Amino acid sequence: LVAEIEKKITEAFEVFDREANKTVDVREIGCIVRSLGCFPNEAEVQELLAKIEVEEPGGFVHLEKFLPVMTEVLLDRRFRPIPEDVILHAFEALDENKCGYITQEDLVKHLTEE
Amino acid sequence: AFKAAVLIQQWYRRHVARLEMRRRCTWRIFQSIEYSCEQDQIKLHNFFSYLMDQFTPSSSKERDFISRMFISGESYKEAELEKYCDYESIEVPDSYTGPHLSFPLLPDHATALLEAFQQKQQLHARYVLNLLHETRKHLKQLPNISHVSTCYSEEVTVCGDLHGQLDDLFLIFYKNGLPSPSKSYVFNGDFVDRGKQSLEILVILFTFLLIYPKEVHLNRGNHEDHMVNLRYGFTKEVMQKYKVHGKKILRMFQNVFCWLPLATLIDQKVLIIHGGISDSTDLDMLEKIQRDKFISVLRLKKRKESSRKPQIQAINGESESGTDAAGNEAAPKLSLQPQSAQAPSTANRLEFSRWLRQTVQEQIDTCRRLVDISESEPEELTYSSMVSLKDVDEPCWTRQEEWKQVLDILWSDPMPQEGCRENKVRGGGCYFGPDVTEKFLDKYSLQFLIRSHECKQEGYEFCHNRKVLTIFSASNYYEIGSNRGAYVKLGPDLIPHFVQYQANKTAHMLTMTQRQGFLVALISRVEESAFRALREKLFAHTSALISAFRSYDGDNTGKITLSNWATAVESVLRLGLPWRMLRPQLVHSTEDGMLEYKSWLDDLAMEQRSQEHIQSSLLEVIYRNRSNLETIFRIIDRDHSGLISFEEFQQTWKLFSSHMNIELTDDGINDLVRSIDFNKDGNIDFNEFLEAFRLIKQRP
Repeated sequence: LVAEIEKKITEAFEVFDREANKTVDVREIGCIVRSLGCFPNEAEVQELLAKIEVEEPGGFVHLEKFLPVMTEVLLDRRFRPIPEDVILHAFEALDENKCGYITQEDLVKHLTEE
Repeated sequence: AFKAAVLIQQWYRRHVARLEMRRRCTWRIFQSIEYSCEQDQIKLHNFFSYLMDQFTPSSSKERDFISRMFISGESYKEAELEKYCDYESIEVPDSYTGPHLSFPLLPDHATALLEAFQQKQQLHARYVLNLLHETRKHLKQLPNISHVSTCYSEEVTVCGDLHGQLDDLFLIFYKNGLPSPSKSYVFNGDFVDRGKQSLEILVILFTFLLIYPKEVHLNRGNHEDHMVNLRYGFTKEVMQKYKVHGKKILRMFQNVFCWLPLATLIDQKVLIIHGGISDSTDLDMLEKIQRDKFISVLRLKKRKESSRKPQIQAINGESESGTDAAGNEAAPKLSLQPQSAQAPSTANRLEFSRWLRQTVQEQIDTCRRLVDISESEPEELTYSSMVSLKDVDEPCWTRQEEWKQVLDILWSDPMPQEGCRENKVRGGGCYFGPDVTEKFLDKYSLQFLIRSHECKQEGYEFCHNRKVLTIFSASNYYEIGSNRGAYVKLGPDLIPHFVQYQANKTAHMLTMTQRQGFLVALISRVEESAFRALREKLFAHTSALISAFRSYDGDNTGKITLSNWATAVESVLRLGLPWRMLRPQLVHSTEDGMLEYKSWLDDLAMEQRSQEHIQSSLLEVIYRNRSNLETIFRIIDRDHSGLISFEEFQQTWKLFSSHMNIELTDDGINDLVRSIDFNKDGNIDFNEFLEAFRLIKQRP
């Protein structure tokens, strides 16, 4: 099972590996993690990055460092998908006027208020 | 409320990430399929090598058929060309409503042409030929490397591959302005093939070239080569648009292409070539070679001299005389007397190859004698490497070395790793690393290279530490929405400024818009196209896939794990794709993480049109080799009519199936023919035949 997970992670990683040298830009890590089926929030992504040593300068992440950390994430089944009703609830909480949508500005406002 | 916002952000980011992954995977699929198609060229070479070196013809008829394939590339000397492709005898009827050209050309002619093509009109064959003659005259005077200076025309605009996409050329002219004394352009090759308006693009470019010779510069690309045109669509386009004079027009293009300059140099600082460089690229050599000798750069592998000698010895030991089935006398062993009347015993394949080589050489000699050439230059055949051409009185370089220079310039690609190695994917040129670039720029005191040849999502891309710029001007190259096109402008400071565009307005708007719904729809559509191509490839390898799956299914349960599925598929197709990521789109029903592979393959098979009467292994072969089959048919179809005789069709199949090691009886061939409704006086329209073997669109 571990071997299969590692293969999956490597595949996803390589899709973002521009120069075929087993490194990706650190900004793509969030994307890779999410395309493997995880739903981390921004804080969680940052935590993950802290665990993986990022190579300075340039901010590149090597597959060697990424693989073990990500394998653990998948084995532990962390950052599970958000159930639909929870998301709907979240929308409803922010949609004060009950118009069925929220604007980008509203979302930004709520996120930056903390 | 903050928590709610975070949740939404979380969910949204995941959605965007998934889209991004899908987009990249789709891109990968298109690219890997495109480059693996170029491997077809290698397979085709193998087929011809096989015919040359291993196949033993069973009759003189078969032998003649094969030798005709190799002598297909007659090249005309200048005088012959003018006589054969003359235009003056062609009358333009009064009913013709298209644009009229007169020489020397004027800016009004260019405008007229642009308007005419926008209204989908066609230029009369007489004018096309006239234009080609004038273009050739002009190109002949140009050096191999054009020189441009930014002090005369403040800015130079460089465009990359256009591949017959006229809409993109119109867009470029619309955004950037037409060529003029104050607006210089360099077009970096690959004007033709794939897109459907290659002809119009060439007419427009050549027209501007003649009107503004100082400001318009064209470089040759790897597709400005009639052997490549046979496969990728230009030949077909010309024959369809010019049914009467198409052949003449194609001959002229063949000649004009080899007169196109190979490179352009701006201010002695920026070199523009179509493909790239290699560690042996030598600009001095490139400047001095006779570029028109390289009509087509595609060749068979040359057999080494040393490997032949031992075989000769072995044959000496055997007793060989006698007659073959057709009753021809055996030629004296190893005699190099060119006596085509005496064909060698066909039982001896080495003799046959030698005989073939001699016959071909004789043909050249005959042609030369007829035309009474004073120069001692031998003709360059399309498969010239097989013929022992006499060495010509030239400066120290061999024909081989010169050919390699041209091949590298037109076919090479940059790679991130250092070094320089053979470009096996494309079958020509090499992969060159940043160190090769560095050394080269240093050697000739250049600042950077501009090249094209590879499709880039944003229309352009830097690599090798911004020393190599790829510029690609055909937008939506794979599919609508797949990529932007771009052109680059350079002023005296030689700092590049880019302009991007996308020919399809809707696609352009969609990528600008933040409305996720539309973006998803767009990605889905491009994805669908990519997956259809991928499924076709999978189907084409059904038998190999079954064996691979079986090797993982020791207990013969008919099922395998998804993990093994991914490994097996990669081992067969070798496309380097992320199969585990693509799996959800390719495999729809699984039980406990296991896949019933037989029924999965059956589902794939159901997508193609009903050809049940043809044996499935044969079907697979056709799918796998469709591109090569088409090229072979075109070579046989010497008058470019789109038709070959039933006999030729049969013979082709016999040869091909022998090479591919499949059993094909006469009944089998008849079945093939029955798959299309042919009734054209005993001839077969091979386009129709090949069209019958395509996967139909999957129902949504």
